[in-house]
Amino acid sequence: MSDQNDPMADIRASFFVECEELLEALQDGLGSLDDGVGDSETINVVFRAVHSIKGGAGAFGLEHLVRFAHRYETVLDEVRSNGLTPDHENVKLFFRAADHLSDLVRASRDGLTVPQDAGDALLAELDAMLGTPAETDEASAQVEFTPLGIGIDLGDLDAPFDAGSAPSTRWSIRFQPRAELYETGNEPQILLRNLARLGTADVTCDVGALPLLLELSPETPHLAWTIALDADVSEAEIREVFEFVDGLCDLEVSLALYDDNTASTAERPPAADVNAPAGVTLPQPDTAPQDMPAPPPARRAAEPPARSVVRVDLERIERLVNLVGELVINQAMLAQSLVSAGLSPHSDAMNGLEEFQRLTRDIQDSVMMIRAQPVKSLFQRMSRIVREASAAVGKEVRLVTDGEATEVDKTVIERLADPLTHMIRNAVDHGLEPGADRVSAGKSAEGTVRLSAAHRSGRVIIELSDDGGGINRPRVLQIARTKGLIPPEASLSDTEIDNLLFLPGFSTAESVSNLSGRGVGMDVVRTAIQQLGGRISIQSESGQGTTFTISLPLTLAVLDGMVVDVAGETMVLPLNVVVETLSLGPDDVQMLRPGAELVRVRGGFVPLYDLGAMLGYRSRRTDYTGCIVLLISLDDGNRAALVIDGIEDQRQVVIKGLDDSFFRAPGIAAATILGDGQIALILDPADVIAGCLVPLPVDARLPDRSSKEERLEHG
Amino acid sequence: MAEKTGSKDLELLTFKVADQEYSLDIMSVREIRGWTRTTPMPHAPAYMRGVINLRGTVLPVMDLARRLNLPSQDTNDRNVIIVVHLNGVMTGLLVDAVSDIVAMRRDDLKPPPEMTSDAQASVVRALTVIDDRMIRVLDLGAVVPARTDEIA
Repeated sequence: MSDQNDPMADIRASFFVECEELLEALQDGLGSLDDGVGDSETINVVFRAVHSIKGGAGAFGLEHLVRFAHRYETVLDEVRSNGLTPDHENVKLFFRAADHLSDLVRASRDGLTVPQDAGDALLAELDAMLGTPAETDEASAQVEFTPLGIGIDLGDLDAPFDAGSAPSTRWSIRFQPRAELYETGNEPQILLRNLARLGTADVTCDVGALPLLLELSPETPHLAWTIALDADVSEAEIREVFEFVDGLCDLEVSLALYDDNTASTAERPPAADVNAPAGVTLPQPDTAPQDMPAPPPARRAAEPPARSVVRVDLERIERLVNLVGELVINQAMLAQSLVSAGLSPHSDAMNGLEEFQRLTRDIQDSVMMIRAQPVKSLFQRMSRIVREASAAVGKEVRLVTDGEATEVDKTVIERLADPLTHMIRNAVDHGLEPGADRVSAGKSAEGTVRLSAAHRSGRVIIELSDDGGGINRPRVLQIARTKGLIPPEASLSDTEIDNLLFLPGFSTAESVSNLSGRGVGMDVVRTAIQQLGGRISIQSESGQGTTFTISLPLTLAVLDGMVVDVAGETMVLPLNVVVETLSLGPDDVQMLRPGAELVRVRGGFVPLYDLGAMLGYRSRRTDYTGCIVLLISLDDGNRAALVIDGIEDQRQVVIKGLDDSFFRAPGIAAATILGDGQIALILDPADVIAGCLVPLPVDARLPDRSSKEERLEHG
Repeated sequence: MAEKTGSKDLELLTFKVADQEYSLDIMSVREIRGWTRTTPMPHAPAYMRGVINLRGTVLPVMDLARRLNLPSQDTNDRNVIIVVHLNGVMTGLLVDAVSDIVAMRRDDLKPPPEMTSDAQASVVRALTVIDDRMIRVLDLGAVVPARTDEIA
């Protein structure tokens, strides 16, 4: 199927894209059911999602998917048609079934197999929920077929010709399904019911073609239906009902002559009455016996207005983003050459360039908005992680999400999934106490994990908090000491202790098993976040819980940067961290202890870092007089002063990832291409400073002087 | 360029590094570029020369001489960067000069003799002789370090 020449491959691919959307709608619906805010329409949405997946899956012959979806749908249909309100446990079960369904969809897409046990177990639970005996597989159902009553109650059909009702138009529809219709998992019953919602329908089943039972071939459909529909609808609307089975059935729609009750009930063949109490053994393989009481009233009006959406291949957007990136670089080059040509800043060319810059910026923002997606899909995946993790450790956990509509670059969303999964598992496993402990601590037995997203000052802030016991700091400290990660006599502040969790090596199998706090691979999480140009911090309150805050750039593509000179190298600092620039006087720098200096800024003391030396480009300065210092603010609210050698420019730079290279330099977030075609590194100041606090291995700190000197010769 | 015949199924790009001759399978070579200024990466290993702009992407450049523990020579304008492609990752190798492209049969390659404590042994995949000169065939996978893994 995945063959490139296969014309179906495209259609198939778009089916799976659609499935993702349907699954999202499904999760949404279940979410509102769970929160108790869903109305009767919600269950319909849920049902429709499952049904559409089933229909599509049938068309592609994805049997596992069809089988599961079919029975899931059946249960949902029971719920909606009976007007049952599913309780919390039921919804949890629906959620798990939805999870399984999405597993099946993904497995079908990637050509994998999903163990059937899980699905069977779920189906059994679903059936048990309704208190009906478990449905057997369709195949075996045919073998052990017992004639059951099918109550296909099509609501108003019983009394279609009540006096007083003034039917507007009478349509005569003849509907004869072909074998393909059943093979693709469609069901005439549902079609007929949908038709009945359009108006008053009188359905007649034509059993004329039905052979004797002996000659009956179970794979061949023999039934046809004639429907007299009294409804003020157009032919197109009727055909719309049969849209999904287009080409799979013979459909005739015509305006019937209004000759009052000709199709009177008496003339109907007895077995054809869809309300017949019993005895009709349907030969269709897919129409398993069901009990379908009153259908819900038509709710077409409740559908939200369709948004006009274009589905675009991501590659095309990537291309556009890259082109815009090139445009920005070219514009910078142009600006540079105009300046070096000695043009006056008030010349027409320079004015025009300014306008050009503004336009480029607008284009860039618009292109970035194309890539932006709400974090909702990510959060939905996380709710599944919570369900699975809480089931695995036997804790009652509720995930509360906030700010689902916050839009973030698609790449960020994709690459956040792994670290967030990790953190959520940690929160459920280590963060939340077992139910009994919670109760004795005066909390509710059900733990809460809160996941929120928000835009804050040009960045995206994602917070993951739990209301667990908080970080067990003495324990963390003890482990760090035992592992030799910190000197035994070191005295650390609470924040420093919390940050120990991010140390590589803190997370080993040993510490996982006996650590009541956290620390499972948090260094990996931090690395992943840093690769996205983000930062992560912890706040923890003993007995109150722990909050992880991830701060991410809005986009991975552009950055407002300050272009600075560090020991002859051009580097870029994110503009949003720079609070102010200072020029140091002779008395501004005070020594705290050898190797650690402070700078006085308006009554406060800020640690001073010599950027050139920290990056290994040159040795430490001894005299800072006259140096230019950037005062930057860090995520934890602290400030730091970075000594640089000059400020060159302030402009928008295009971020070029470095993650494909085999070496990740500490403190370097990414790179960019300057106007002269050279590459400048983009610094992550917080990371530079953190790298300074955690001593690097000695050899890694040795500056590579020789290459540097050669470079200067040739550069 | 040597004539391609059915029996000659391998083409090697030969180049000089610190006055020694090395070669690479030409299939892994993407392009050859003249020397441009590299932007050094802080705290990088000594053989990591820095990054350059390769038509809009950031290309890490490795000093092959240092990587092979050969005496590093002064960089000048005759130096070239061989852009190689390995497992979807592009890397630049800084060499002294590119010599030739030779076609040969795979059978002409001889495995290097086992010599312990030779840092180069692991990166030299095979030896061959062209015009009485010994050419070392590099194992690109061993030269270019595996990139650090993404999140586990």
